[in-house]
Amino acid sequence: MTVGDLIGKGIFQVVEEGDDLSREITGIFCCDLLSVAMGRAPSMSAWVTVMGNVNTIAVATLADVSCVILAENAQADEMCLTRAKQQGVTLLATEEPVFEAALKVHDMLHG
Amino acid sequence: MADVIALTYDISPDDFTRAGEASSDVKSKLKQVGVSPAAIRKVAIAMYEGEINMVIHAEGGKITVEISPEQIRMILADKGPGIPNVEQAMQAGWSTAPDEVRSLGFGAGMGLPNMKKYTDEMNIETTLGVGTTITMVVKL
Ligand SMILES: Nc1ncnc2c1ncn2[C@@H]1O[C@H](COP(=O)(O)OP(=O)(O)O)[C@@H](O)[C@H]1O
Ligand SMILES: [Mg+2]
Repeated sequence: MTVGDLIGKGIFQVVEEGDDLSREITGIFCCDLLSVAMGRAPSMSAWVTVMGNVNTIAVATLADVSCVILAENAQADEMCLTRAKQQGVTLLATEEPVFEAALKVHDMLHG
Repeated sequence: MADVIALTYDISPDDFTRAGEASSDVKSKLKQVGVSPAAIRKVAIAMYEGEINMVIHAEGGKITVEISPEQIRMILADKGPGIPNVEQAMQAGWSTAPDEVRSLGFGAGMGLPNMKKYTDEMNIETTLGVGTTITMVVKL
């Protein structure tokens, strides 16, 4: 499944589309601690978190995840949005809790 | 001998909004010179953790990155308080990060372990009250 496919399902709000809709998503990772995500999120994963600050985007870029999903209605702050746009990071959002959001992606990947 | 490209960055203290800029810049430079995505990811993760530590735990500092055909060497030098017990600091989960930093998602105590995990060599030189210099190598 690509980032474009995931967006196409219409279940997540698109906060920032990002610059690579053809990027594959091969896994899911959930954690809000940045160093844990940094060290353990596989590249090409969808990263589900409630942390919507500028450092989220730095970690997403450097750990090379395919997209960030902000769960639990977490809001991305201004600086986060600006950086996501600059770096071409795909940023999605949902009111669902982290687990449910991740489960939806899981079902799309494996269902 | 083949050319070595050297990049240097000044890291400003307490500026979390800029933290990660040096690592991002190195990432794009490595991409330009054709380093493999796997090696880039290692360098990016290790350098970001070191960069963040300089922002949180020291008063900023200076990062030098040397790129050669064989390896990438990162030298992170700060004039911060130093690390009293390196062995303890290297343990996963050990952190002295203050609460306001934790609320941003930092302070998991996984930075130094990540740096070790993603590099082929890592050396910490630290003196209390003088500063810390961490040298890391990723082999290509
Ligand atoms: N450059 C540094 N200067 C002084 N102390 C440091 C430095 N880097 C790390 N430390 C110390 O080592 C601890 C562990 O670092 P790290 O594994 O990156 O975890 P965290 O940054 O999440 O606290 C820090 O909490 C801090 O006490
Ligand atoms: Mg750290």
